[in-house]
Amino acid sequence: MAVMREITYQEAIREAMSQMMRESDDVFVMGEDIGVYGGAFGVTRGMIEEFGSERIRNTPISESAIAGCAVGAALTGMRPILELQFSDFITIATDQIVNQAAKLRYMFGGKAKVPMVVRTPGGSGTGAAAQHSQSLEAWMAHIPGLKVVQPSTAYDAKGLLKAAVDDDNPVIFYEHKLLYRTKCHVPESLYSIPLGQADVKREGKDVTVVATSIMVHKALEAARLLEQDGIDVEVVDPRTLVPLDEETLVQSVKKTGRLVVVYEAVKRGGFGAEIVSVIAESEAFDYLDAPIVRLGGLPVPIPYNPELEKHAVPQVPDIVEAVKRTLAYS
Amino acid sequence: MPNITQSTLKLTRDEAVHLLHQMWLVRFFDEKVDEFFARGLIHGTTHLCVGQEATAVGACAVLRPMDKITSTHRGHGHCIAKGADPKRMMAELFGRETGYCKGKGGSMHIADLEKGNLGANGIVGGGIPLATGAALTSKMKQLGYVVLCFFGDGAANEGSFHEGLNLASIWKLPVVFFCENNQYGMSGSVKEMFNIENIADRAKAYGIPGAVIDGNDIVQVMDTVETAVQRARDGHGPTLIEAKTYRWKGHSKSDARKYRTREEEQAWRARDPIARFRALLLEEGLLDVGTMDEIEREAAREIEDAVAYAESSPMPALESILDDVYA
Ligand SMILES: Cc1ncc(C[n+]2csc(CCOP(=O)(O)OP(=O)(O)O)c2C)c(N)n1
Ligand SMILES: [Mg+2]
Repeated sequence: MAVMREITYQEAIREAMSQMMRESDDVFVMGEDIGVYGGAFGVTRGMIEEFGSERIRNTPISESAIAGCAVGAALTGMRPILELQFSDFITIATDQIVNQAAKLRYMFGGKAKVPMVVRTPGGSGTGAAAQHSQSLEAWMAHIPGLKVVQPSTAYDAKGLLKAAVDDDNPVIFYEHKLLYRTKCHVPESLYSIPLGQADVKREGKDVTVVATSIMVHKALEAARLLEQDGIDVEVVDPRTLVPLDEETLVQSVKKTGRLVVVYEAVKRGGFGAEIVSVIAESEAFDYLDAPIVRLGGLPVPIPYNPELEKHAVPQVPDIVEAVKRTLAYS
Repeated sequence: MPNITQSTLKLTRDEAVHLLHQMWLVRFFDEKVDEFFARGLIHGTTHLCVGQEATAVGACAVLRPMDKITSTHRGHGHCIAKGADPKRMMAELFGRETGYCKGKGGSMHIADLEKGNLGANGIVGGGIPLATGAALTSKMKQLGYVVLCFFGDGAANEGSFHEGLNLASIWKLPVVFFCENNQYGMSGSVKEMFNIENIADRAKAYGIPGAVIDGNDIVQVMDTVETAVQRARDGHGPTLIEAKTYRWKGHSKSDARKYRTREEEQAWRARDPIARFRALLLEEGLLDVGTMDEIEREAAREIEDAVAYAESSPMPALESILDDVYA
């Protein structure tokens, strides 16, 4: 039997882009330093050699212009993928994304479509401090007209990116810097994972942990530790925040009766609050045996010092403790 | 703006000593940081200004202590040149409590408000509107200070550049926009990213003076900035200066430098701003070789002291994480 091929998250994204670019001339990539440099995180390495500078477009440092340029190109028949070097810089691109990309179709009475993808790395853990470490996905999830994706594995990244590029709407595709080098099995051929399908990363019966992006891995690690204490944790990864697969979340909580939600973004106003609301407003509410626990980042800009930086966002022991807390409640 | 050349040298011996010492401090500081990153002793990332010492030191040298600067991600040189203590800078890079930002900012956010440094900036072009605003304060409160705004060639393509320069020019604010054109952003060359020869040509669009200078010639930097600062202080508004220079190292700690050739790097290294200044001082008879060597050794010792200070400084307490979010 052939060995299952494993590639990194970064390679999976590159492979998806390359395969889609081979299939369609409408797909192209724009971004800062994505040419011979290969992108700040090496995601586009080698692509300019294959596709040339017409389709791997190295841009000036002009986030507003390149975001708007993607919107304009998408509006007129292209399918641009914009690599926004750090997701923090979405602040500069936000006008074009929020006031233009998200709303054009609706404002024009359904006459237009804006099929573009903004790929952008978020998250802390690299010591890049407050302006290069944020998790601002809740901002984008708040905007009608945008779809928001947060893949946690190489497999999901490839399939979700395919779905995002095929989608006729603007999609914000949040990658995580610390996931770029993580590996898993990824099929060579192109495949699509529908937007709006959560994935149960680990089945369990005692507690549901809903986690996003890098927190999926921390939740899985916590689950392995808790298993030693005989606690059976179910880990659910929504994978896309918009659209959100409410059904899978509700079913899981109905099964376990306990819920912990973990995300890296600042807890206050973070997307985890939305997940909690979905459960609180659903039939699963009746099945809850303990108050919901929500773990998120502290309400601080990400600090530089490595110990403080770790302290700013949930870690494995925090998840272990939270799960035990919900189980202790009776 | 007149194109002033080295022939106008009017430095005193003490000034020459000070400038040379500062240039070496900047170089040794960043070479030390480079070494620590290579050895994995500092985390995060850093942007070194080795090769750009003349712009940082020359531009700040003609400012008064009350004048202010805004800096960039490549800001260690600006910070030292505006009078910061390398000990507290190094401590910040080590994430220590004694650092300029109590270990919370790191390389990209060092600020030294007491000395008028309004901070490095992790956002390219982020400092340009800030400089404009700081100049507005000076004007509204009649404080008499001038703001020197450092930014890179790459930053000149951010919207903040256009908006900031226009605002400063219509309000005739006391600010000097100083572009360190080191030929590249992270990897994008100015040839690829601009459709004009000189970034300072854009000054016309704002109705302000523009000057293109050799950024590796500290005397030219000083003379040009001095004229622009005087103009700003006299209430005539901003100037856009473009200093052509080069960063010797990669953009940040991980950079294979595939976007440029080793020959080009060598050619720029031959225009070493420190070596050029030394040669000039020798030629003008201001300092002898022995004195200059001693200045260099002294700077190297100060950086070693800075390292020792940083290493022996305490880490911030975990509880301090919630401090300073709000005033
Ligand atoms: C708004 C924004 N976009 C992109 C970046 C990533 N980045 C950091 S430095 C840099 C290059 C800046 O070039 P330049 O202004 O010429 O300064 P230099 O690095 O050459 O000193 C880039 C693209 C950033 N920090 N902020
Ligand atoms: Mg530059």
